[in-house]
Amino acid sequence: MGLILIIAMFIPHDPFFDMDRKFSIYYDVIAVFAFILGGGNLLRVHLNKVYQKRTDWKYSIVTVAGFFLMLIAGLFKLGVHAYVQEGVQFSRWAADFQGTESLFKYLYDCTFQPLQSTMFSLLAFFVASASYRAFRAKTLEATILLIAAFVILIRPTPLGYYLTFWLPDPLAFLRVGNLSTWILAVPNMVGQRAIMIGIALGIVSTSMRLILGIERGYLGGES
Amino acid sequence: MADEETKLTLIEKLGRVDRRIIFLVMALAVLIPLLVHYTTTIPASPIVQNLFDKVEILPSGARVLISFDYGPSTAPENQPMATSITRHCLEKNLRIYMISLWATGPRQAMELIDEVIKPEFPDKKDGVDWVHLGFKAGGQGLINTLLADFRAMYTTDVNGVSVDKIPMMEGVTSLKDFDFIYCIGSGQPGNKEWIQFAGDPGHIPVGGGTTAVMAPQLYPYYPKQTVGLLGGLQGAAEYEAALIARYPKYGDMSRVASEKMGPQVSAHLVIAAFIILGNVTFLIERRRRRKS
Repeated sequence: MGLILIIAMFIPHDPFFDMDRKFSIYYDVIAVFAFILGGGNLLRVHLNKVYQKRTDWKYSIVTVAGFFLMLIAGLFKLGVHAYVQEGVQFSRWAADFQGTESLFKYLYDCTFQPLQSTMFSLLAFFVASASYRAFRAKTLEATILLIAAFVILIRPTPLGYYLTFWLPDPLAFLRVGNLSTWILAVPNMVGQRAIMIGIALGIVSTSMRLILGIERGYLGGES
Repeated sequence: MADEETKLTLIEKLGRVDRRIIFLVMALAVLIPLLVHYTTTIPASPIVQNLFDKVEILPSGARVLISFDYGPSTAPENQPMATSITRHCLEKNLRIYMISLWATGPRQAMELIDEVIKPEFPDKKDGVDWVHLGFKAGGQGLINTLLADFRAMYTTDVNGVSVDKIPMMEGVTSLKDFDFIYCIGSGQPGNKEWIQFAGDPGHIPVGGGTTAVMAPQLYPYYPKQTVGLLGGLQGAAEYEAALIARYPKYGDMSRVASEKMGPQVSAHLVIAAFIILGNVTFLIERRRRRKS
């Protein structure tokens, strides 16, 4: 199957094209079952933790309760009402599970959304603290990293503008705006490309080992 | 001598500021600009301007696919991108097709419909000018399928209306029927997958926006594989500035990105100040150690 998909990439015509299309659909169908697997795994891990009363087991109760609450609210379309569209009466089961008055939408908007936003916004505080401690000019490499980070950091600020706006045109490349664009577009791009090409070559060699049967560890055998 | 010792102690203290003080200063740096409504306008950088120009030259009626591949955690960065691109597309009479590779994406699309499309563009109709097709699982596998057969995966919109009954779906059989793909992402699957599995094999122009931490990873694809990129809130603010420069009427509407840039700018300044403070005290201490 791996070989067929590789061939389909280079010969995008039937029968390979049709096989590629069908395999992609099979993949998408199988991917849906990953949600059931994920839900089952979440329950197994957290119920085990509660049963064995391991460290912080009380948080697992909240996780399991939250999981079931959202699941029931969505599956049973709680809070959803029957509606009329273009003169036709539809039952509540035909309505959207996350419609305006649904419990699912309420829970999503009033708990999930603010909780996720809060978790992510905490990063600002940790980044400030970590930057203060980590960005020290201890070595030449650390100093280069520090300067690059500092330029990117101050780019959108008035400091970034007033610090270098007065530079004459021949030195315009040293203005913070131009310098930060250059850092992202040249040294960053070069580094990222090198990493990506390395990863891609690694994926190709690992895939070939799997396809040719050299690597069998994923089947439970010896590689 | 006593003065020198006191000074050194002070420097040592400044070099070891308690993290709770840093947190407090950071909280004030974010709160104060929010309270005084401090906003800032940032001119578009080339990578953002390219994206704007690409959308600008699309002919009226062109099909634009917007993929909402993010959730509430990164919405403060990603949602302003969605707002600006939607305003731009509808202003240009482009047709918008909204989908999502993330289960949390459809809610963000609905937020956009309720807060931007319906109030600002009441003449634009669902199914004619814009359509919300919702979420499908599969990530890059889904993109691969959509490239070959769009209708194999999307048979209805989020309201359960058959795609055969949606006027703007006429003629849409694969991703190749779209004139532009705009991915707003914050991880995997996201921008990279759209470039690798749709843009490159389908020769479809791909652009988009992502969070500030993800943006450097996408620079290698610019300019040949992606026409442009909005990096974080700053990228969104730059696009907003480009939109207002071209269509001044949007300056009177809510400038979501520019308004959020105020706290971000002051937070950046606070971090910069702490980095300077940390390094100055570090260098003084190192010099003192070498002398002794």
